[in-house]
Amino acid sequence: MLRSKLEPNRRSLWQRLHIDPWLLLGLLILMGTGLVVIYSAGGQDMDLILRQVIRLGLALGVMFALAQVPPSFFMRVSIYFYFAGILMLVAVLLVGDIGKGAQRWLDLGFMRFQPSEIMKLTVPMMLAWYISRHHLPPRIWQIIVGFLLLLIPTLLIAKQPDLGTSLLIASSGIFVIFLAGISWRLITTAALLISGFVPILWMFLMQEYQKQRVLTFLNPESDPLGSGYHIIQSKIAIGSGGVSGKGWLQGTQSQLEFLPERHTDFIFAVFSEEFGLIGICLLLCLYCVIILRGMIIAMRAQEAYSKLLAGSITLTFFVYVFVNMGMVSGLLPVVGVPLPLVSYGGTSMVTLLAGFGMLMAISTQKRMMSRE
Amino acid sequence: MARKRVIIRDHTAEANLFARRTFFTLVGIALLISLLISNLYYLQVTRHTDYQTRSNGNRIKVLPVAPNRGLIYDRNGILLAENRPSFSLEIIPEQVEDLDATLAELSTLLGISADEIEDFHHERKGQRRFKPVALRTRLSEQEVALFSANQHRFPGVAVEARLTRHYPQGEVLTHMLGYVAKINKKDLQKLTEAGEEENYAATHNIGKQGVEKFHESLLHGKVGYQEVEVNNQGRIIRTLDFKPPVPGEDLVLNIDVRLQQVVRQQLEGYRGSVIVIDARDGGVLALYSNPSYDPNLFVHGISSKDYRALLQSPDRPLINRATQGQYPPASTVKPHMALLGLEQGVITPQTRMFDSGSYALKNVERKWRDWKKWGHGWVDVTRAIEVSCDTFFYDMAFRTGIDKISDMMSELGFGDYTGIDLYEESDATLPSRGWKKARYNQAWYPGDTVNVGIGQGLWTTTPLQLAKSVTTLVNRGRRFVPQLMRGRYVNGELVINEPKELPPIQLRNPENWEIVLDAMYGVVNREHGTGHKAFKGTHYVSAGKTGTAQVVSMAEDEEYDAAKMAEHLRDNAMYIGFAPYDNPEIVITVAMENAGGGGSQAAPIARRVMDYYFDGAKPELVLNNDAAQ
Repeated sequence: MLRSKLEPNRRSLWQRLHIDPWLLLGLLILMGTGLVVIYSAGGQDMDLILRQVIRLGLALGVMFALAQVPPSFFMRVSIYFYFAGILMLVAVLLVGDIGKGAQRWLDLGFMRFQPSEIMKLTVPMMLAWYISRHHLPPRIWQIIVGFLLLLIPTLLIAKQPDLGTSLLIASSGIFVIFLAGISWRLITTAALLISGFVPILWMFLMQEYQKQRVLTFLNPESDPLGSGYHIIQSKIAIGSGGVSGKGWLQGTQSQLEFLPERHTDFIFAVFSEEFGLIGICLLLCLYCVIILRGMIIAMRAQEAYSKLLAGSITLTFFVYVFVNMGMVSGLLPVVGVPLPLVSYGGTSMVTLLAGFGMLMAISTQKRMMSRE
Repeated sequence: MARKRVIIRDHTAEANLFARRTFFTLVGIALLISLLISNLYYLQVTRHTDYQTRSNGNRIKVLPVAPNRGLIYDRNGILLAENRPSFSLEIIPEQVEDLDATLAELSTLLGISADEIEDFHHERKGQRRFKPVALRTRLSEQEVALFSANQHRFPGVAVEARLTRHYPQGEVLTHMLGYVAKINKKDLQKLTEAGEEENYAATHNIGKQGVEKFHESLLHGKVGYQEVEVNNQGRIIRTLDFKPPVPGEDLVLNIDVRLQQVVRQQLEGYRGSVIVIDARDGGVLALYSNPSYDPNLFVHGISSKDYRALLQSPDRPLINRATQGQYPPASTVKPHMALLGLEQGVITPQTRMFDSGSYALKNVERKWRDWKKWGHGWVDVTRAIEVSCDTFFYDMAFRTGIDKISDMMSELGFGDYTGIDLYEESDATLPSRGWKKARYNQAWYPGDTVNVGIGQGLWTTTPLQLAKSVTTLVNRGRRFVPQLMRGRYVNGELVINEPKELPPIQLRNPENWEIVLDAMYGVVNREHGTGHKAFKGTHYVSAGKTGTAQVVSMAEDEEYDAAKMAEHLRDNAMYIGFAPYDNPEIVITVAMENAGGGGSQAAPIARRVMDYYFDGAKPELVLNNDAAQ
């Protein structure tokens, strides 16, 4: 603090506010785009926009708050948050509320929340903390323990069942381990192990509806009116959009309600129908700017913990984007992953921006330390 | 503690390791994004047209629009079949807040019954919530007014007008005009076979009988299309394109509905039919079969109770007696037989024979009696027709032989469909050797020929065949085919059909026409003629022939006593006639089942119809029970 007072021109207003302006700009443009598409997808319902704006405001508040926290604090609390999270996940399975056929909610009396959302941040925090305790790259036993730390919440969430979230959590942990420098030989071995695990997953762990989703994904036209309906309508929406799109509010697939989950998980189909391939490229550029900025922050971070955490948060953000776009356009099976910062919805929005808050904390903190 | 760890670590090595890994992940991200984009390129560029088509297929529905059915007029422009708006009370369930309360209120307002409400609920369950469901169809004007005044109380309930077929003349024209009714499975199958199902995609009713059926293709018109945009529920959002339907053609019939009404009055209380044909072109001026029924019953779907009543009625009102009734022609065909005898040289105008009251064949025990027990004395062909002598024709027919009889009568149209524009027609039976062999596997006996000579025995005819044959007689061989349709309106102008004609009959001696027609003149206009009494005092000169057909054959010594006979075994009364004699305008046939004598029962009816035709006179009921025959 003292040093910064001595070098006022080196510490900008942004740094004092612990805000990364590039990241903030990217996020705001993305949110604005989201509101524009929600307005179209939600049947021009201003109430919907209002609720989303309130959520965004709340989430931005969380982001700003977390941006003020020094990364060392995250590091210190990682282990406590992690085990608290695991306890809550167990609690959810035992006493959780059932919503939409899955047990995801924990009712604390005054509020209901999804512990799995918290785990999206605490798992990378925990792994980053655990692995950065020793110098990089991690050793084999560290990796094994790391995978165990990762596997427990992943399985607990998959059991709820919430395939989308468990996928995101698993990848967030894997990114930590990968970025930490796990040897390529181990990666190859793991890949082989995973391909061996797939049949076990299919036969013993996956729920019937999840299997159905995968089967439908492999051949959506086999059941055009049943479970394949969503993906067929979605592909029609995207394909009929063409290069330049049908224009805002002009997407017939969405406006005439042929598309399911228009303003939530399938909002990308609405976007593609109305803004076409050109719109998609611009949107992807926006996402790339955010991801690149995130990776730059990670690279510039001083401490291994911050590097790993920032990298994991950024890459998980990409996983969101890729899985959502992939599932809506028929590349991946339909798992419930929203298009980050664009889809309508609250819980994941708060978690996402909380992650960006940590990124900003790391980003602004780094500068201060790098002066040493 | 953290600081200590930092000190012992090789930060540069860690940063380099992290940077390498970051590089790998960025390469991975780039690859995955390329994968996404190439897939989106495939969807949005390579297969764009395909998905565009499917997107349009989702949202664009082509709805058929039914054409308005052509109207039908009589020859004087009086409307016989029209399309009337019929009002129905319809509810859109989605727009009604409290359906039960609304229904209860409507019940008190319009007296809707529990049955109607039950039907409504039944229909509603199979429908989308935004589609209107009829609560009551065919509202009266009063009900429409009553509801309209209270409409503000019933959001989501409305009176809808639809065009439905209506026959303002009711029972008067049923058998010839027919009716339309709901397209059933059989109709649908026929339409499919004819490749017409698309044209009927929006049509509810189809011609089932009469002119409505025969001229269906003219009356129906061509289906139109409305291209609409729908949402995923099938709800119409807006109309994109409209190709209007081509309405059916308006037809004009030869029928004179006022004449038809007169005919109907005359036949009241009888089972029978009257046909009036324009002698100059074969146009059917009146064609009525009694008893009749109201065709409007069928348009909205006849109740099974009403239908059963029609089906089971001993009077068989569903039959068109004019075209489907098969009767022995009896004495009405004596002019035809005489023509044949003259033409074949079996008789000459001078041939005379003595009628003693019966006729016998060699080696045949039974005798054929004349209707006049004591005979007609000396008769030639003219007098034989005038007094309707049976014996003369027994003998003549026997000497002519069945082969020549069936040939000639076939040329005159017996035993075959007349070609009228109706499907409800019978070909009746013109007997011949071949026919009897095929039908009964029996040889033809000379006695059979004798019976045929007076239009009895195996011979049956429809009244329309008879009318057609008389038209041929009065036109001296020109064979007009009776036609109901006179023409149609094309762009508002009446285009009249050419009369339908078969090649004329050429006689070796055309003089024979005159002999026969003169005898028919005598029937009406000479003192001893069987039709004389019925036509006394007309302002016009008509000609004709009476006929009294036995329904049951009687033993030769049995007396016919109408009073003692069961009603349905009594004689049929027949009459054929035409007028004016010199320049015939109309031909008429009267066929009355179990009514008694042709001269006493059928001829007066023909006369009153002619009176109306020529004098416009309101026919009065003339009782004429004591006529000769």
